[in-house]
This record gives sequence, C-alpha cells and structure tokens, in this order.
Amino acid sequence: MLLEVHSLEKSYPGADGPLPVLRSVSLTLDAGETLALTGESGSGKSTLLHLVGGLDVADAGSILLEGEEVTTLDDRGRAALRRGRVGVIFQQFNLIPSLNVGANIAFHARLSGPVDTSRVARLADALGLTAHLHKYPEQLSGGQQQRVAIARTLAARPALVLADEPTGNLDEATAGAVLDQMLDLVAETGAALMMVTHSQALAARMGRRLHLTQGHLA
Amino acid sequence: MTRAGFQALWSHWRRNPLQLFTLVAGLALATALWSGVQAVNVEARASYDAAAETLGEAQYDQLRPRSGGTIPQDRYVALRRAGWLVAPVLEGEFAVNGERLRLVGIDPLTAPAGLGTGGEEVDLAAFLGGRVILANAETSARLGSIADVTILVRNSVAPGTIVTDIGSAQRLLQRAGAISRLILLPGQPLGRPPLAAIAPDLILDPAQGGTDMGRLTDSFHLNLTAFGLLSFAVGIFIVHGAIGLAFEQRRGMVRTLRALGMPLRRLVGLMVAELFLLALLAGGLGVVLGYLVAAALLPDVAATLRGLYGVQVAGTLGLRPAWWATGLGMALLGTALAAGGALWRIARMPLLASAQPRVWGVAASRGRLFLAALAVILLLAALGLALWGKGLVLGFALLACLLIGAALALPLILDAILAFGQRHARRVIAEWFWADTRAQLPGLSLALMALLLAMAANVGVSTMVSSFRLTFTGFLDQRLASELYIRTDNGAALEAFAAPRSREVLPIQSIDMPLAGLPAQVYGARIGATYRDNWAFLAATTDVWDSVAEGQAVIVNEQLARRAGLWVGDRLTVGTLTLPIAGVFGDYGNPVGQAILAEPVFKRLFPGEAPTRFGLRSDNPIALRRALIDGLGLPEGQIVDQAALKALSLQVFERTFTVTAALNVLTLAVAAFAILMSLLTLAAMRLPHLAPVWALGLTRRQLGGLELLRALLLALLTATLALPLGLALAWTLLAVVNVEAFGWRLPMYLFPADYARLGAFALVAATLAAAWPARRLARTPPAALLKVFANER
Repeated sequence: MLLEVHSLEKSYPGADGPLPVLRSVSLTLDAGETLALTGESGSGKSTLLHLVGGLDVADAGSILLEGEEVTTLDDRGRAALRRGRVGVIFQQFNLIPSLNVGANIAFHARLSGPVDTSRVARLADALGLTAHLHKYPEQLSGGQQQRVAIARTLAARPALVLADEPTGNLDEATAGAVLDQMLDLVAETGAALMMVTHSQALAARMGRRLHLTQGHLA
Repeated sequence: MTRAGFQALWSHWRRNPLQLFTLVAGLALATALWSGVQAVNVEARASYDAAAETLGEAQYDQLRPRSGGTIPQDRYVALRRAGWLVAPVLEGEFAVNGERLRLVGIDPLTAPAGLGTGGEEVDLAAFLGGRVILANAETSARLGSIADVTILVRNSVAPGTIVTDIGSAQRLLQRAGAISRLILLPGQPLGRPPLAAIAPDLILDPAQGGTDMGRLTDSFHLNLTAFGLLSFAVGIFIVHGAIGLAFEQRRGMVRTLRALGMPLRRLVGLMVAELFLLALLAGGLGVVLGYLVAAALLPDVAATLRGLYGVQVAGTLGLRPAWWATGLGMALLGTALAAGGALWRIARMPLLASAQPRVWGVAASRGRLFLAALAVILLLAALGLALWGKGLVLGFALLACLLIGAALALPLILDAILAFGQRHARRVIAEWFWADTRAQLPGLSLALMALLLAMAANVGVSTMVSSFRLTFTGFLDQRLASELYIRTDNGAALEAFAAPRSREVLPIQSIDMPLAGLPAQVYGARIGATYRDNWAFLAATTDVWDSVAEGQAVIVNEQLARRAGLWVGDRLTVGTLTLPIAGVFGDYGNPVGQAILAEPVFKRLFPGEAPTRFGLRSDNPIALRRALIDGLGLPEGQIVDQAALKALSLQVFERTFTVTAALNVLTLAVAAFAILMSLLTLAAMRLPHLAPVWALGLTRRQLGGLELLRALLLALLTATLALPLGLALAWTLLAVVNVEAFGWRLPMYLFPADYARLGAFALVAATLAAAWPARRLARTPPAALLKVFANER
C-alpha cells in the first residue's frame, strides 16, 4: 500500500471557535492508482491533499506514506517529503517567476539530487514545451504554464502526485488535453495520482472516486 | 461624490498602515534632517549678522593702523578736528565672573545709530558712566550679576560679546587712550584733508561686504547644506517607494471609481489633496524632529566655528519661522518629486487598463535603457566638471552629477552582477537564489540607492576627516616643534634666562596687515635648525631657508598663495619691502593669509613690535619648565607644553567634524530604515514567489535564512560599490570643494580599516533591517502559504 490515511482530523480557527474541516477521514491508495476527490467548496478536499502532501499538519489521525508516518514529521521532515516522494500540482500553476521554463521543469528534481536532463527534455517534448524552454512563465499561456507545472512534478519522479484542481484555470478543450497528457505521464512513471476536482467529467476518467461532504468521506 | 471618493482612497491607507507609516516616517525623517541642518545654518548666520552689527565691520569703512597695534587717541582727535566723521572702537578679551568674553567699547555719541545697541533706547548717562553694559540673553545668563552694573539684554549683540562705553573699555582692558579702529560714518564732508596728510600711519579698510570670514563660514554652511540635501534625498527615496507602491496597488480602485462615474480630473485632484495633507503632517513632524537634531548639533557647530574661524555663534537654538516654512516647503516639494511620476501614470491610465498591480518597479525595469543613458550622461558630466569645472557651485554640481548618476546606475550594475552569479551557480538553490534576488531588485532598488548614497557619504566624509586629521597632526608636529611655549611681557629677560638652558629660543612675533590686498599676518621667524628640520613645503626653491634667513625672500601660506594667485618665484610686497616668494607652506585651518620673514627683516620693518610668545627647544623640558618657574619667577600658567597644545589643537579639529559625523550616522540609519520598510512591504508581495519553493521542499526556516542572506548580499554589493563612489566624493571634497571654499588643498589618504569597519556597520544595519522580515517569513504559518495555492489571497 502506498498511502494509508486513518481517522484524519483537521480544524481551522473560526470566529466562534475551531471550525472542523476534516472529520475522521480514512482512505488508502495503491501505487499506480488514480483517485478523484470531489465535493462542494469548503468540503475539505484541498485540506486533505495538503495534509497528505506534508504542506499542513493534521490535528489528529495518521497518514502513512510508503509505511512512514507523515503526521509526526517536523518541518524539516515534511520539507524532505515534499522534495522527494510527493509532487504537488496546483490550480494556480505556481511556477517560479524568476526562472525560465527549462529551469522550472528541472527545479524540483534538482532539489532532491542530480537531475536526469534527458528526462527533462523528454517531458518538455511530450508536453509541447521544447520551443518555450528559454521563456519565462509570464510569457506563457495558462495551459502552457500548467504543462510546465506538470513536467516539473513528474521530472522529480514522485511516488505520489497530488493535483489540486490542475485544470481549474483552463478552458474546457485545454483542460481535456492537459489532463490526457498528465494521466499518460503519471501512468508511464508508475506513480499514484490523487486529484481534487469539481468536474464530474474529469473525475469519471480516474480509476476511483471519493466524495467529501462537510469533512466526511461519502 | 468627492467625500465618497476620498473615503475610498483613504481606505487603502487604513488597510495598509505599514505603507502609511513608511510614507510619513520617510518624509518626516527627510524633512527632519534637512530642516535640522537649516536650523543650524539660520542660527549661525543670525549670529554672524549680530556680530557684524555689533562690530560695524559689515556696513562701514574703517581706519586701521597700517602696522598693526592700536591707534593713539590723539590721532582720533586730529581726524575729528580735520572734519573726518569717525567713531572709535576698542576691542579686547576680558574675563568677568570667570567667563572670557569679547569686550567692545564704543562711543555712543559718535557711533553710527544702532551700532552696538541694536537701535534700541539706552540710558546714555548710565552707559557713559559704565553702569550699563549690553549683552545678548545667553551671554547675560552666563555673566550672572555684576556689582554696580546693569546688564541690558540686546539680542542684536553678538554671542560671547559685551558692549560698553569706550572709556570703560579702556579702563577694564588697561589700555588707556588706545583705539582698535575708527569707523567712518556715512556722509563724510567734501574737501576734508586727505588721510595721508593727517594720519599716514592709518589705512582705509573697506566695508566687509564679501569678507573672508563671510566666504569661509558660507562654505562651511554650504557643506552642511550639501549633507542636509543628501540626507533629504535618502529620505525621499523611501517616500518615492511608498507612494509608488501605494499607487500601483490602487490601480484597481482607480479603475472602479472611474467606471462608477468619478471624473479623472477629480480623482487626481483628490489624490493630490491626500498627499498634500500627508506631506503637511509628515513635514510638521519632521520640522519638530529637525529642531531636536539641530538642538543636539548646534553646540558642536558653535564649537567648530569658534575653533576654525574664530566666529562666535550662540550655542542654543531659537525658534525661527524661516526654517519652519522651508521645512514644510521641502516636505511638500519632496512629496511632489516622489509622487509626480505615479500621479502622471494614473492620470494617463486608460479606463480599461489592467487593474492588476504590476510588479513593483516594472516601470523602472521598462525604463532601464533610459535610466542607463541618464546615468551615463550624469557620470560623464561629472567627469567633465572634474576636469574643467571651476568654482564652488560647479564643485557641488559635480557632486550632484556623481551621486545621482551613480545611484541611477546601481540597479543596472547589481543586475549584471546577479546575472553573472546565476549563470555560474552550480546548485539549484543557489541558481534560484540568484534569480530570485534579481527579481527582487526593482522593489529594493530605491532602498539600495539610499544605502549607496549614505555609504558613499560616509566613506567620503570619513576619508576627508581622516585625511584632514593625518595632515593636521603632521602639520602640528611641524608648527609645534618646540617643547615649551611661553607667554611673557618681558621677552628680553626670558631670552637672557632661557638661551643658555635651551637648544634654541624661538620668538613668535606677528603683525596683522593686508598683503596683496587681503587680510593677512606677517611673522618674523628666527631661522635655525627647528625650521630647517621640521617644516615641509608644498612648493619651494632648493635654498628656501637660506634665502629667507638672508632676508632675500619670503615664504607664504597656501591660503595667501591661492587667493592672491601667487606661487614660488612671484614677488610679494610686505610693508616697504618687495621680496620673491621662496616657498609655499600648508597652513591647514587658518582662515587668513600668512607670510614669514626672517627676524632681522621683521624688526627692521616693524621696529615697534616685540615678541610676547616664545618657543623653547630643550632635551629636558621638565627641568627647563621648573627652572623658568623657580629661577625666572614665571607663573606656571604662562608655560604651555607642546603635548598639551597639540592636544588642545587636535581637540578643536576633532569637534570640527562632529556635525558631519553625526549627519552620516543619521543618514545611514535612514538608509537602514529604507531597507527595513522595503523588505516589510515586499514581504507580503513575496509570498506567491516563495510559497511554491516551500511547497517543493524548502523549509520556512531555510527560506527565512535565504531572505536574510539576500539582504546581506545586496548590502555587501552596494557597500562595495559605494567605496569607489565615496572615494570619488572624498576627492571632490578635498581637491575641488575644499580648494574653492577654504583656499587650501588637502592630500588624500586611504583608510582601508575605516572602510572595512564601515562595511561591517552597513552589513549589521542590513542584517538588523532584514532580520525582522526574515523571522516573520520563517514563522509564517503553513496556512498563510497555502492560501497562495488556494487562490484565496
């Protein structure tokens, strides 16, 4: 089992006391599996993704990634987790504006060790970015930026890819094309994919689907 | 509509209190430094005016003894009888109640109206009887009460001066029948006999419209004004940054207000009114702060002017409307300068333009080519002025071109250095660090320019001060070569007693007289081993001392040489003698010209002058001092040992530059404040840049550390670039401004240890400024970083 989540709890401070966002969430994910997380706004989808990716800290419960407990990791441990075994793709792309496309793609992989430049070139080619390697993010369209973000994540060969509405900022046609490429490349690397989405159509293309309602998994 | 528009605009400041604080504090600091310096200037100038009014030197022609000394009373009587309208003045130093003061005696019956009394009513009988004296409030307070004498407070009287009737002055100074000078009243009768016929020993001294003292003090104040302006410029950089950012962030609001029907003209008017109010608030605050700065600096300025030029300046600060007005005016002008560009962009922004605030400084990067061209033009202009410029005003123009050109060039140079670093970075974090630092440059460039100017001012002024100190110490070794200095009224007895007990007895005798039409002193020197071994010349003939000793030549100080346009080989008339100049010597800090003759020549020209001061050379000064006290009965107070004299002289010059040193520290502190405010302002805008890097595996602590390192790197690069700029500034001050203002050129020395210390200080300032934003970043909750990804910011 790649990922095991048990009884996960998370609250945020609210005006009238703590506001529960996740209530006793449990799930599992195998290597190579793809999972869609759906739910209304505020149902806790992104929070679950952030906790699994070591971006935030749970209040209670357990997250085992490749058998290692994530919830007890300190800041440094969670940073190491994000550098190595987990890759996150965001809706806002979140590229590094001061680096060009080539440097952005290689960035994550280089953080965790020597980079396989041929892999970077292959990914760029597969995602249609070869002509844009020397451009800066601000010079690209939204779809191109998201392709760079996907390439950046996959170049680092994470065991688990977490995608938070990766096509939310793209038009329907571009979104479909980007998702196709992402799924192909994830399958090629053998990584597992957990994707948050509002789109039922996109969710339907994933191997499994879980729905969150007010912090509970349906 | 206006009210609603104003409320909307003002809401930006309510939601961004840090920006508002930066704007107000930056403007207040700039105004404070400017108005503080101006307050010192205004106060000092008021003191000169009072001095000129008291002594009558500014308005009236005067008669002075041709060969120095005093004018006998019968000469005054002869002139009056011949129809010359003259009024006598006697001046001297006088101690009362333990205070050493300048005593000015006037004849109220013949003196021009208002001279000494400031035009106010005085009881004539009491004044003539010596029962009333005049002094300003400060001197009066220092004096306390004097038995049988009433002190009338007249603030027109110069500081440290008391005015009394001339008869009382002659009695108090024990100079019966003596007159220092005669003031020529306006409206002299026609057909009066010529001066040469009645008083050939007197010389006409024209009114000091543009005297040496005036020029020297003016140049001192010009230096202060230049530093005040520099400090003001540093502050305005902060204001420019704050206003620029606020206007960029309000682009969306401007578009919305216009879309809702607010006319552009009204909107811009509201923004101008808003800035006007803020400028008045900050300016008022700045003037108050400036008052405090001035109150702290004025005692040192007073000491400086006293030590350097012998000018009395009140050591306390009065409240003058002039600098309140100029302080507020400068605050408004500074705001206009800082906001002009931003207002212009808003006024020209199309209604449907993007409301997204552009990255701070994008406009600057777009105009990089323009800035580069402007920087090159200014630096070339500075070079041209350095090579061909003449005069004090062009000297300061050179400084302005140099400093502004360098400040504009700074972001371009830093960008080139950072790009080089990025190209050669091996590790991914290093590559990102260099690239991200480059991306931050536009936002930080104003603060870095402020740091560059502050650092350059520090390097420049410390080089100037230290060069001055080094030169002056060497100069003191030359001038104060004797082990003991004696003051005595009986020179002959001293010479007889000291000659067998000393290696050399060196009489110090001088007379004040104009040389080449300029105020000067003529000295008679007993030329021996001391002069030959210790004196260094700026230029001299090979046999300089031999020719002076033989009475065939004269040596002059640099001031006289430069002002009179004379140099070695030219001829100078001293009294009835015209001699070639055999040498020009450095005479630092002396405002007047000086010529040195051999003692026999001096005695022949001025037979009435007897030396009252002597330098004694001895291998055992302690024993000699004892012998002078025990054997000759010389009072201990009349013997000064060389070390004490040197210490006293150095003390005067140490204080000379306290003011500029204080301004330097303040300027550097303002630059550190600029960095702090820029980093704090940028911190919020930086999160979208930093959050992805955090998400990809860097800890917040690492990011905080890198932010600190970035500030240190930029400060280090700026400090390194400030070094050559500061040295160029020092060269301009020493080789251009100093020569034009003071008449002498100082050699320039380099002080690497001082620069290293200054660099360390700048790094500490940058660390302190960056520590808080870095710590805040290191402690940013993950939730705040996650908001970047959730698009909820």
